[in-house]
Amino acid sequence: MIERSEIEKLGILSRIALSEEEKDAFVKEIDSILTYVGRVKDAPLSGSQSASMVSDVFREDGEPHETGLFTERIVTGMPSREGNYLKVKKILPS
Amino acid sequence: MIDIHNLTIRKAHNAMKRKEFSALDLVKQYHAVIAEKNPSIHALLEVFEDGEAQALRADTEFAGGTATLLTGIPIVTKDNILIEGRKASAASKILENFVAPYDSTAAAKLRKEGVIFLGRTNMDEFAMGGSTENSAYGITRNPHDISKVPGGSSGGSAAALVMGGTLVALGSDTGGSVRQPASFCGCVGLKPTYGAISRHGLMAMGSSLDQIGPITKTVEDAEILFTALHGTDAMDSTSFYPKEIKAVPQKFRVGVPRAMMNMEGLDSEVKKNFDESIEKLSKLGCEIVDIELPNIDNALAVYYIVMPAEVSSNLARFDGVKYGYHAEGKDLMEDYLHTRREGFGPEVRRRILLGTYVLSSGYYDAYYGKANALRNLIRKDFADALNQVDVIVTPTTPTPAFAIGEKSHDPLSMYLADIFTVPANIAGNPAISVPSGFGGEGGRLPLGIQFFGRSYEENALFAIAKKFLGEDSDGENS
Repeated sequence: MIERSEIEKLGILSRIALSEEEKDAFVKEIDSILTYVGRVKDAPLSGSQSASMVSDVFREDGEPHETGLFTERIVTGMPSREGNYLKVKKILPS
Repeated sequence: MIDIHNLTIRKAHNAMKRKEFSALDLVKQYHAVIAEKNPSIHALLEVFEDGEAQALRADTEFAGGTATLLTGIPIVTKDNILIEGRKASAASKILENFVAPYDSTAAAKLRKEGVIFLGRTNMDEFAMGGSTENSAYGITRNPHDISKVPGGSSGGSAAALVMGGTLVALGSDTGGSVRQPASFCGCVGLKPTYGAISRHGLMAMGSSLDQIGPITKTVEDAEILFTALHGTDAMDSTSFYPKEIKAVPQKFRVGVPRAMMNMEGLDSEVKKNFDESIEKLSKLGCEIVDIELPNIDNALAVYYIVMPAEVSSNLARFDGVKYGYHAEGKDLMEDYLHTRREGFGPEVRRRILLGTYVLSSGYYDAYYGKANALRNLIRKDFADALNQVDVIVTPTTPTPAFAIGEKSHDPLSMYLADIFTVPANIAGNPAISVPSGFGGEGGRLPLGIQFFGRSYEENALFAIAKKFLGEDSDGENS
């Protein structure tokens, strides 16, 4: 059974504030989902597991787009700007 | 009046070429249907204002003899596919006023062909859901019965098509989000092979699972869109399509995973319709073969571990700093906490928490590590089965469209409805859903059948789906 304190910790880790009611609802819902998906823990891993499709897909660096092509469009979408800079709150405490 | 009910891409193209109607006539007619039906169905979040201007450009192409098969073809796109200069919100409050700074590769390819972007369609927020009830902008209703869901998460695209509001539509499919709404609304939905269509400019949900796919009235329309959209793209390192594709088999060997047909929760009408569909395939000359998929029972659990894990990582970018909704707190941490609380709906928050849990140290090996090992076994099961048969067939969904509100308070019951569609995303193979009849109350709810093929053999899926529907090369049902 997932604990209420674990839900609170997940909220902090994932940067989502949770109301008290919501914590109660998530304990119940997430517990029922975890009980279902928890079946993988007991599933046997017989035979070969290597059906990997991994291949190298990186290209050489090069062919950049023209500098500044997207700047205005992207800066316009920022919640807070100063000139062409993204404006954020102070990160380090003074 | 244009007979839009029976219109296909090829018919519209031929008619515009012969000047029987213009692209402008076509757009005006779709606009009229949308004005009449969208208020009750709520399939479209926005009808683009420049539809008629786009149509005039298409008509110029026809007049100048430069029109391609897709020129002047009206299309609606799911709200998570970027079209430069237009809003794309993924039906989330966190992106309410987000304007796409660039074209997705899919949109760029369609733009080059001269399609007409009619509007953007409603969806479950960030493509999370199977009913289009998780939109921040209201629910979409099933045009066959407005008390029922249209399916999801691409429910708006399927509903817009079936209500007659567009000629074709695009959706995205992470665990069935193109095929399940196609089944619930009675149309065709293709989930291409993983990587076959570039995902550059598709908002990421589960990056090892997501694919863009067409939602259309006929198999041929899906094929035409797939042909236009597929291909390796330098902007998406996961995209790939081989140059040579195996020829379509003359006589299809069709595999049936019998054990799956005895699962709990499979509606008796769906089962009966499926058995009839198998009978029909047999009469059409297909060889029916029973197959085993030894690890299929774990596919849904694997999906509901891998997907939320990827969701929690992908949605970390929505922090109220770089773009989108921003809630003001006393410090940066509070900005994050409140932006993400207010900006995301309950299902998105639930999946982020779940994904954070399965990825956290102490649980990682037991859940995410184990799920990935099982995923490889499931992939191998499909590869083995598809050595014996050309395609595998199942129902698309275990029930017809359910009632609005029926599952919205029980997330697990909603997840269990994905049982037949999730395996194609887990394994990466292509799958197509096509209409197979009707069921439900009064026999008016569409049912669907799903063909699942070898990777990069979409051509085989189109061939057998056309055979099943009796569709000739003009997209007509005989």
